[in-house]
Amino acid sequence: MKFRRLAALATVGVLALTACGGNGDDNNGGNGDASQFPEGSTMAALAEAGVLRVGTKFDQPGFGQVNLDGVPEGFDVEIAKIIAEELGITEDNIEWVEAPSAVREELLERNEVDIVIATYTINSERKERVDFAGPYYMAGQHIMVMADNDEITGPESFESGEHTVCSVQGSTPSEQIRPYLANEAEQLVLFDVYTRCVDALKAGDVDAVTTDNVILLGFIAEEPGTFKLVESGTFTEEPYGIGVQKGKDDFRSWINDLLEEIYEDGRYAAAWERTAGQFDPQLPEPPAVDRY
Amino acid sequence: MRAIVDNLDLFASGFLLTFQLCLLAAVGSLLLGTVAAVLRISPLPPLRWVGTAYVTVFRNVPLTVVAFMVVFGLPHLGIRADFLRIPGLDVIFPRLGIELPYFRMAIFALALYTGAFVCEALRSGINAVPAGQAEAARALGLTFTQNLRYVVLPQAWKAAVVPLGSVIIAMIKNSAIFGFMGLTGDLSATYQQLISARGEPAIPVFLAVTVGFLIMTVPLGLLLDQIEKRRAVGR
Repeated sequence: MKFRRLAALATVGVLALTACGGNGDDNNGGNGDASQFPEGSTMAALAEAGVLRVGTKFDQPGFGQVNLDGVPEGFDVEIAKIIAEELGITEDNIEWVEAPSAVREELLERNEVDIVIATYTINSERKERVDFAGPYYMAGQHIMVMADNDEITGPESFESGEHTVCSVQGSTPSEQIRPYLANEAEQLVLFDVYTRCVDALKAGDVDAVTTDNVILLGFIAEEPGTFKLVESGTFTEEPYGIGVQKGKDDFRSWINDLLEEIYEDGRYAAAWERTAGQFDPQLPEPPAVDRY
Repeated sequence: MRAIVDNLDLFASGFLLTFQLCLLAAVGSLLLGTVAAVLRISPLPPLRWVGTAYVTVFRNVPLTVVAFMVVFGLPHLGIRADFLRIPGLDVIFPRLGIELPYFRMAIFALALYTGAFVCEALRSGINAVPAGQAEAARALGLTFTQNLRYVVLPQAWKAAVVPLGSVIIAMIKNSAIFGFMGLTGDLSATYQQLISARGEPAIPVFLAVTVGFLIMTVPLGLLLDQIEKRRAVGR
């Protein structure tokens, strides 16, 4: 039994090798080089097609936001470009698809995109519909204050009871900040949307705004020099992953390998510094990929 | 049911805050409305204009707009409703005295809006007092103020009390929007916290919040029925 399986594997291996060799000679379909990938793999198919369809945010400053020319820019976009490059696909052949939070799984399920890199938090409900490579970034709850405020340095600054903080009604961040407050009635302000928190911060009605750092980076990007993030860094963890179609394990593990490679060779850091790093100088610690 | 029992303390504190807001706003709107009604029937035209302008503006502008202007607009003009930090009163209503202005702003906005309706309810009561009463009082040599104080308003109050009650019931329900304007922890905001952030089932939470409002409105309605009955006997 054992012998037969080995034999089968060997046969497949030889076949694959010969097939690859043959493919390399007459590869002129796409501009990608399919020969470096195993025959029949997702990567080979993408390289062969020469086009990568990427779902990303079009409205998230620092991660994925379209510029005036209609081209998205940001950290997620840079990661997508690295993946495309490794597949042998040029930047012009990346097809950008807007992926708002509500439709990300659907875009993959309907095969409208090949990957989704859109501030996409990995969780178990989503894993039932799509598969994730990564995480490539650890987002988390952070605190934003006016640029000249040095009194608030982290969530512990609220324990003394003198500083006020704003978040959104019914949000997870609003629950997670409560344990740090000495007196909720005097310190916590909740509105329906974050822009009102930002208005209250500017008006001096509250001392800080708290939610996911990525959202806060957006506000900092909109009005450079007005706000800043506090020193302590994030105090919760939300792993951002790269969504691929359910069952494409070859593609997923190839992306994981690639992520580990770019963590090492500096491309990850460079991508951060070009984009979100402009608003958050703290270089994120690359999270270990999860090969589940 | 478990969602209600487990979070009973949250519902109770939410109810208490909403109740405080309604109580203070009711007092404020009754005061404001009475002043406006007196202005509207005063013999001096400029005072009448002021009263009419107030009622026209605040009765016709949607509550949401009034609330927005007060809660988000006034702080930019440096007004944080500090006049409501009444010494002594903030012992009973601790939120009145804190630095954050949103509780005071909510009272101010709600009283401002409801005052216009109170004014008109009172005026309808005043109109119900036969003209002969005021004329007789004037013939007796009572001044305008004395006339109102001893003859017209006491009778007007009786005719106005039921429509006034309806205005206050409407106000209690209107108070729900301030949970979304910075007033942390009121009854209407409690449902958001429980459903969205803590993932409690929606229906029981909605029911509990609704019951919280009914505890305030239903007894008030019954009281009004009672007053109406007693008045019918008195006639």
